[in-house]
Amino acid sequence: MLEQPHISLPQGSIEKQTTTLNLGPTHPATHGVFQNILEMDGERVVNAESTVGYIHRAFEKIAERRPYYQITPLTDRLNYCSAPINNMGWHLTVEKLLGIQTPKRVDYLRVIIMELARITDHLICNGVVGVDTGAFTGFLYLMQFRELAYEIYEEVCGSRLTTNIGRIGGFERNFTPVAFQKIEKFLAGFPKALKEFETLMTRNRIFVERTTGVGPISAERAMNYGFTGPNLRAAGVDYDVRVAHPYSSYEDFEFSIPVGSTGDCYDRYLVRNAEMWQSLSIIRQAMDKLKSLPDDVYHADVPAYYLPEKQDVYTKMEALIYHFKIIMGESDILPGELYNAVEGANGELGFYLISDGGRSPYRLHFRRPCFIYYQAYPELVKGAMLSDAIICLSSLNLIAGELDA
Amino acid sequence: MSLTNDYIKQRLVEKFGEELTSFEEPFGLLSFTAPAALNLKVMQFLYDDEELQFRFLTDLTAVHYPNQVGAELAVVYHLYNFREKVRLRLKIFVPVAAPKVFTATKLFESANWMERESYDFYGVEFVGHPNLKRILNVDEMTYFPMRKEFPLEDQTRVDKDDEMFGR
Amino acid sequence: MARPVQFNEKVKMVEIPKGYSGEGFFATTFDKAIGAARKNSIWPLPFATSCCGIEFMATAASHYDLARFGAERMAFTPRQCDLLMVMGTIAKKMGPVLRQVYLQMAEPRWVIAVGACASSGGVFDTYSVLQGIDQVIPVDVYVPGCPPRPEAILDGFMRIQELVGQESLRRRHSDRYKDLMNSYGIQ
Repeated sequence: MLEQPHISLPQGSIEKQTTTLNLGPTHPATHGVFQNILEMDGERVVNAESTVGYIHRAFEKIAERRPYYQITPLTDRLNYCSAPINNMGWHLTVEKLLGIQTPKRVDYLRVIIMELARITDHLICNGVVGVDTGAFTGFLYLMQFRELAYEIYEEVCGSRLTTNIGRIGGFERNFTPVAFQKIEKFLAGFPKALKEFETLMTRNRIFVERTTGVGPISAERAMNYGFTGPNLRAAGVDYDVRVAHPYSSYEDFEFSIPVGSTGDCYDRYLVRNAEMWQSLSIIRQAMDKLKSLPDDVYHADVPAYYLPEKQDVYTKMEALIYHFKIIMGESDILPGELYNAVEGANGELGFYLISDGGRSPYRLHFRRPCFIYYQAYPELVKGAMLSDAIICLSSLNLIAGELDA
Repeated sequence: MSLTNDYIKQRLVEKFGEELTSFEEPFGLLSFTAPAALNLKVMQFLYDDEELQFRFLTDLTAVHYPNQVGAELAVVYHLYNFREKVRLRLKIFVPVAAPKVFTATKLFESANWMERESYDFYGVEFVGHPNLKRILNVDEMTYFPMRKEFPLEDQTRVDKDDEMFGR
Repeated sequence: MARPVQFNEKVKMVEIPKGYSGEGFFATTFDKAIGAARKNSIWPLPFATSCCGIEFMATAASHYDLARFGAERMAFTPRQCDLLMVMGTIAKKMGPVLRQVYLQMAEPRWVIAVGACASSGGVFDTYSVLQGIDQVIPVDVYVPGCPPRPEAILDGFMRIQELVGQESLRRRHSDRYKDLMNSYGIQ
């Protein structure tokens, strides 16, 4: 308990020196459902206790029931702001288990989709940090580009948000010319909008004063708490799964990792902003590289795990058998145990898969970055004022679906 | 000098000898088993050693193997070395009748909630944990849902039409 | 040099209810007048839990714009809202919270269940998910989809508007409504 000379309570009084404020599961929209019980001394936060589990949907138990290709829609709903990254992460894990090598074109297309998803996730996070400081306009400007990204996803897979994009071994259909036109349109229009957003926020005196020094964390404490992703990079550690353990041909691309210094909310905002520029450059490089590859390859040649073309199923015997085996879940899945990680928008999204050779995994565990770094919230917020506590919460980019899985 | 799996194995065997068993390398990741009483000592050794430096806990989870009588619950730690970019997997097995494991929260703060999740799902009791209560499920739940004997669906539903659900 | 004044010619006006009008007065029934006023100024409470919440954000953003239907102010407190929009999966842990929020709303109140999870539990037939919010609160409109497109959410909103416009003023005091509330255990 803090020494509070300005409050004098009579001896034996039952009045408490601190107030308990419930930042309950129902927040003003956008953030998701998690509860924080704050002990406050006036306006300052003395202690915070978090409760999660308000949207626990038992993904890991469901995954033990479903065949491998049916788990992709589950992974969508983990970090639903950037669903394609989760999908691709899962496909990469299963491909590693089965030893499938995807052709370069598939890798580059996957990179485009993943970086697009990363941009959309950082859009929401930075926009929401703006909304929490009172700046609603920036968010509206950026949501327009999220709509463009939705159109691109729709062209590729049919769905806007929970995409279920791709299949084990590649994509379900080739990217149409319309999809490429839409990607070009995004690349043409987004830099201008991002620059506009930056002029609104980055050197804005009110925003800078509200976010600098709020919720700082040192690199050692961040590593001890298991931080990964933009939050860790803002604290000063340049760890990025795309560079440390490259997957899906990321080693062919040139990009840099933005790193902050103090780990406070302003640094996190800047790191996410810089990552958006880097993602744009990666997409542009991928589009250039695609021009030199034959454009009819969109999946690996693994008929045992990738559904054959429908006309082949009706005319050829092997295709019919493969189709049957895949759909009925009789494919030969090798037993094994592996841990695979991708760089999600929040950090290292890991899949720990134990397969016993059966139709569905024996155990599938998602290493969810949000769940792990949310534990640091009481430490980040100790001694801060209530409004700083709110900004800190939104700059951590907590997605409730990933928190509870 | 870059850290190879063989070097890590050699150092571990030097220090702990016969206690560590089943060294495997599935998909290039060194994985080994330690007895339940030694988990903190092994992790402390891997943390403090200047060459090994496994100072990051990537993941902590539990698995239920109902067929291995006497060692049904496994707690799996994934450790990571930032400098050399090497991963490591440590498994410990405890029987379901006495699932007590020493907590890793003093070493890694991130183990706090991950151990609560393992307790919530599997009933693994972490000795010395500051706040071992359920985290994701409702507090009033009486069983540990992820164990293999429990079903996925809520058994108290009365509105499911058996004809439509193919039973 | 000021630019020429532009008037927005394409504004859609709300239809006046049927009534008897004369020089300086207009007579109609209370139902119709109050219904028309209420339905074009519904203040929703976005109870967004998961993925459908993000589609709601897209609906409220400028491309699909929920505000042009009168939902300009998102009241984040149940004491000041008319419509509870439940978007996303409701777990059993969240059920009492949802009920508490519903009880805090003042009559007249409506509830819209957006998405498959809120309507019926959706994909998640598990031990921890409430299989539809109508297990705990009465629902007026269900919007299916996973997640529903913003157009579908707007369609659900428009149906709520129809319900609001046609509601009789005596409904909330009628026996049938009281029976409905009792069946949920709400006084």
